[in-house]
Amino acid sequence: MSSTVSYWILNSVRNSIAVQESRRLYSRFVSNRNKSKWRPLRVPATLKNSFSRGSLALQKAHRHTSTEEDDFHMQLSPAQVNEVLRARESAHNILDLDSRVPNSVLRVESNQLAANAPMEDRHGVASCLQTSGLMFGVFDGHNGHACAQAVSKRLFYYVAVSLMSHQTLERMEGAMESMKPLLPILQWHKHPGDSVYKDVTSVHLDHLRVYWQELLDLHMDMGLSIKEALTYSFQRLDSDISLEIQAALEDEVTRNLSLQVAFSGATACLAHVDGLHLHVANAGDCRAILGVQEDNGMWSCLPLTRDHNAWNQAELSRLKREHPESEDRTIIMDGRLLGVLMPCRAFGDVQLKWSKELQRSVLKRGFDTEALNIYQFTPPNYYTPPYLTAEPEVTYHKLRPQDKFLVLASDGLWDVLCNEDVVRLVVEHRAEAGRHKPDLAQRPANLGLMQSLLLQRKAKGLHAVDQNVATHLIRHAIGSNEYGEMEPERLTAMLTLPEDLARMYRDDITVTVVYFNSDSIDAYHKRD
Amino acid sequence: MFYRLLSTVQRQRISPGWQTWSSARSSASATKAHSVALPAQAQVVVCGGGIMGTSVAYHLSKLGWKDIVLLEQGRLAAGSTRLCAGILSTARHLIIEQKMADYSNKLYSQLEQETGIQTGYVRTGSIHLAQTQDRLISLKRISSRLNVMGIPSEIISPKKVAKLHPLLNVHDLVGAMHVPDDAVVSSADVALALASAASQNGVQIYDRTAVLHVIIKKGQVTGVETDKGQIECQYFVNCAGQWAYELGLSTEEPVSIPLHACEHFYLLTRPLETPLQSNTPTIVDADGRIYIRNWQGGILSGGFEKNPKPIFTEGKNQLEIQNLQEDWDHFEPLLSSLLRRMPELEALEIMKLVNCPETFTPDMRCIMGESPTVQGYFVLAGMNSAGLSFGGGAGKYLAEWMVHGYPSENVWDLDLKRFGVLQSSRTFLRHRVMEVTPLLYDLKVPRWDFQTGRQLRTSPLYDRLDAQGARWMEKHGFERPKYFVPPDKDLLALEQSKTFYKPDWFDIVESEVKCCKEAVCVIDMSSFTKFEITSTGDQALEILQYLFSNDLDVPVGHIVHTGMLNEGGGYENDCSIARLSKRSFFMISPTDQQVHCWSWLKKHMPEDTNLLLEDVTWKYTALNLIGPRAVDVLSELSYAPMTPDHFPSLFCKEMSVGYANGIRVMSMTHTGEPGFMLYIPIEYALHVYNEVMSVGQKYGIRNAGYYALRSLRIEKFFAFWGQDLNTFTTPLECGREFRVKLEKGTDFIGRDALLQQKQNGTYKRFTMFILEDHDTDLDLWPWWGEPIYRNGHYVGITTSSAYSFTLERHVCLGFVHNFAEDTGAEQVVTADFINRGEYEIDIAGQRFQAKAKLYPFSSLFTHKRRKDEVELNDFQGK
Repeated sequence: MSSTVSYWILNSVRNSIAVQESRRLYSRFVSNRNKSKWRPLRVPATLKNSFSRGSLALQKAHRHTSTEEDDFHMQLSPAQVNEVLRARESAHNILDLDSRVPNSVLRVESNQLAANAPMEDRHGVASCLQTSGLMFGVFDGHNGHACAQAVSKRLFYYVAVSLMSHQTLERMEGAMESMKPLLPILQWHKHPGDSVYKDVTSVHLDHLRVYWQELLDLHMDMGLSIKEALTYSFQRLDSDISLEIQAALEDEVTRNLSLQVAFSGATACLAHVDGLHLHVANAGDCRAILGVQEDNGMWSCLPLTRDHNAWNQAELSRLKREHPESEDRTIIMDGRLLGVLMPCRAFGDVQLKWSKELQRSVLKRGFDTEALNIYQFTPPNYYTPPYLTAEPEVTYHKLRPQDKFLVLASDGLWDVLCNEDVVRLVVEHRAEAGRHKPDLAQRPANLGLMQSLLLQRKAKGLHAVDQNVATHLIRHAIGSNEYGEMEPERLTAMLTLPEDLARMYRDDITVTVVYFNSDSIDAYHKRD
Repeated sequence: MFYRLLSTVQRQRISPGWQTWSSARSSASATKAHSVALPAQAQVVVCGGGIMGTSVAYHLSKLGWKDIVLLEQGRLAAGSTRLCAGILSTARHLIIEQKMADYSNKLYSQLEQETGIQTGYVRTGSIHLAQTQDRLISLKRISSRLNVMGIPSEIISPKKVAKLHPLLNVHDLVGAMHVPDDAVVSSADVALALASAASQNGVQIYDRTAVLHVIIKKGQVTGVETDKGQIECQYFVNCAGQWAYELGLSTEEPVSIPLHACEHFYLLTRPLETPLQSNTPTIVDADGRIYIRNWQGGILSGGFEKNPKPIFTEGKNQLEIQNLQEDWDHFEPLLSSLLRRMPELEALEIMKLVNCPETFTPDMRCIMGESPTVQGYFVLAGMNSAGLSFGGGAGKYLAEWMVHGYPSENVWDLDLKRFGVLQSSRTFLRHRVMEVTPLLYDLKVPRWDFQTGRQLRTSPLYDRLDAQGARWMEKHGFERPKYFVPPDKDLLALEQSKTFYKPDWFDIVESEVKCCKEAVCVIDMSSFTKFEITSTGDQALEILQYLFSNDLDVPVGHIVHTGMLNEGGGYENDCSIARLSKRSFFMISPTDQQVHCWSWLKKHMPEDTNLLLEDVTWKYTALNLIGPRAVDVLSELSYAPMTPDHFPSLFCKEMSVGYANGIRVMSMTHTGEPGFMLYIPIEYALHVYNEVMSVGQKYGIRNAGYYALRSLRIEKFFAFWGQDLNTFTTPLECGREFRVKLEKGTDFIGRDALLQQKQNGTYKRFTMFILEDHDTDLDLWPWWGEPIYRNGHYVGITTSSAYSFTLERHVCLGFVHNFAEDTGAEQVVTADFINRGEYEIDIAGQRFQAKAKLYPFSSLFTHKRRKDEVELNDFQGK
């Protein structure tokens, strides 16, 4: 038994053990927040017993690996710290040299730092090839990474297909029918080091095709509006995820994968930029904000999403509206949906969407749920499912020349930095990078002055530590103290946390920063 | 077409030099629409309108080829040519480079007269500063070579430097080299002048025409696809500069041209208060990593920083081009160095920091020649920041190559075929050029090795040898042991020693050599190029008899040392061939012959499915057992008699060694010492090595490296292809007449030339020199490239040298010429001429007496085996 105890349960309970230990051993790191987004309330008695045995062994094992005091003395050098922080860095310049009008997006920089092992956050950047526009997405998985992985891959295709004109869809369908190669739908902008997702199956393509066939049946020449497209895509993908596992699937690998996807969850925030038109669709607690520089030079922050969690009054009202009055007091408990889940909207998580009967009947079909790390349970007060939805809230913003950048990030960042901090940090980083290049206008006139200036710069080490602004944000997110000052020791300590402790002090962090090209935005405006 | 060209030139004359570069780029384009259609066919298409492309076109047209089209994707003389610093310097490290630069200098100086186009040529001279004694030695070596080539240069004192250039701070200098004939010139105008002269000779020039790819059929260039249409052609010349690599890959059969660009910065200033004279000499301060020339009354100064910025790794990238900006922080070390050298410049006004990418190659030498895989595909690119200096000469050699089949000088050092596809990885190139760029101004001491791009090809024994203290050098990507550091030696100190004097591995190599002479040593020689030629009938023998100068119709099991000659009788390759059976041959050539020899054989072998040529280099690990006890080790391992009676010299047998069967054992060592080469299928390599080492223990076996081998072969007067022998040296000139089947009546390539040479006598002779009054501990060591003097007159240059532990003297090898005193014409060199001279070798300006020998000392030393003496008298080798 112990060897097959659900990974997920182990993980969460291991955390509680670890917390107790860490309180004893490392009181300065005590955190009162229970970071896990999922919190199981009842552990079935049978599991409990076997688990306590398993946990003892586990405890011992971890004494050797991570919670020994010696490990905490291991210090990373600044170079090693940078290496850890930069491991998942990526940056893309958005080149659009063929078209006459330069793209309104200049550059995308992103980075991730894992707290879970494996990391549960995902992100993606892709261009729509059959329509114009770029998409940026941040996905925060919980209860495993399967759902986030699937959504981060498939959602872009659903949106791209939703945006296609009737004519393009017909060509796609035609190609499919005659077994010809499909038109390319997306161009992914990936860091060369990123692994190529290989888990896309023909089943997924079939479902995508069913979707576009239905769109074709709607007979809309112009295709959906962007807002509609985003909303439909979210809902459609979530329902496909849910249906895929209900339908009988032949292939065991696909079936197991689908099960993992459906029984894990992910919040998503997806931005679509086409010229001046910025749409952000959000379901869950990822956040997108815009950095705005007013004409007087002052910076401000414009949030484009609202977090869907217990602190959002509108969400509370929505939930109360959707369920009988008798559940008003049980629907949110302890700041969580049904006392279990932090975000109020998410993909997957069929435990909070399906009826108990459906859950049972699907799982009865003989999945090896333990091996697949799936734990079926019913939260208390589970009367009127679904409690959870993937319907996004879509915001539209028409880009202005003063809109300089867009930050999309998972809640791992927003838990520790407020919107204003993030804008300030990005602005500082820009200024630093700007200072790096000598301004021709202010350039010292003669060689001697130039040399002394250069030497001063060298001495001060003005070269920005982080080339990548997302890395800069992550560095500050985990390395800043209560006063917002950088503490190198704190940064090192946070990064050297053993794998099983890391999650207690920080969440997976994913940051994507999109810089806009103010000149081309200006040009768009003048043209209009 | 030509008129349009001229108009461009004239506009430039009005506002000469760099000021026009930004405006010219935009203005010239819009004015003329391209109405002229491309010709449908031409003999030659040259791609690239920089100094290389125009120089090739110019020289081709001079040699009488008229049907030439030159294509340039942008404007003529743009790119690196436009932004080049315009310094022509003849002080180069290779003789062939010096010759190219010297020719360029002479060409440019009369170009204005020839074409009427102002080139801004001013003979300023150049001063190379030395801040250290080692740098001064390096300069002295260059200077003595320049002088024998007829290029004046002298070593001067700091005081004299101050006189020649008033702004210089000379307090930290130990000396300098003055080359008065060096010049500055506008390279863009030179390119335009060459283009206009070529145009007058009938070359058609089209700008704004980009080559998309080269069309190849059956390994032969047949045409070029451009954005303006197709041109049929027989020859294609890739002079695309930093885009040459990509252009090479864009053909169906990729042509690997290993080069990579790095950003390069130089500074332009406004004029000084009293503007600098236009003939102010150019300063090269290599220790300070900078060069400084006068420029429109002010200065132009750039350099080669320690931390270069490679660019265009992923190919041509608009964004990177747009982002080529001035990076002052990056330039700071060079600026500080400039102000240290010329403190008075502090108040000088800045005009611009120019960022112009330059192209570098993996070995710091340019790339020219024909592709090994595609006939008619020529390349001239990768100038390592010396495009202007090499432009004229390189263009001339390439044109000769195309017209005559080979240039008038030996250009093996620059030949594209020295590289293979193994050097064309983008990662390798990016890493290597980051090492090469600073190396341009680093001190070049004997026997340095590249640090980057290593451990690419290794023998299966690499880890074993490394663990036993092997220090490695690299050839054609292959790691070879130099020597083995004994456990008690300080390793760090050894690695970092850079000296022109006695190196600190001296004792280590001495003990390895001693072991080769007295006991037995193992050298891993797996890097050698190994081919197998087999046929169903006699085809293999027939073609080999034609391609190789020595008689290969020998009994099965015999090994023949033979040259692979060209029409002129010169060595294209020098190899050993073992006859494995009636119909199959095993051929061993130097490591860097892998590409060249393959392409030569492919080119000359008939298309015949019954004749098979296979590169088996990777299949065998080669161990060289050198020494008198090698025979004992092998007979103990094989239970077979190995004595000369059973296994005579230059014999090849397949036998078992240890448990492993099918080992090719050859009784030769490439050194003249007794011993055996073992060619071991790689899966047996470790086993055989372990067995040899454990059995050898009682015979005193130890590992040895190439330095020991080198010392052994040079004291035995063995010439090595690529170093001593080249395409211009014939067997008769190095005393190898006995290795040529002249008497046999069989035809072979080069036979006529050799017969003629035999009749007329040779004009140079390979000679061995033993340094007489040279103190190994105190004097500078010879390397190669040292001038040889006979009775006070210059007669040649050394090609290799080593310390002979047997003679306890330095031995230099080199060719002796006989230049007529009055005209300088080459005359016949006889043995008598060699023997009756008093010789001196010039090492960095200091002459050492040397004794000349035409035959090795073999008989003086104790070799009991008669058969070995046969081998020695043959003085075969590699």
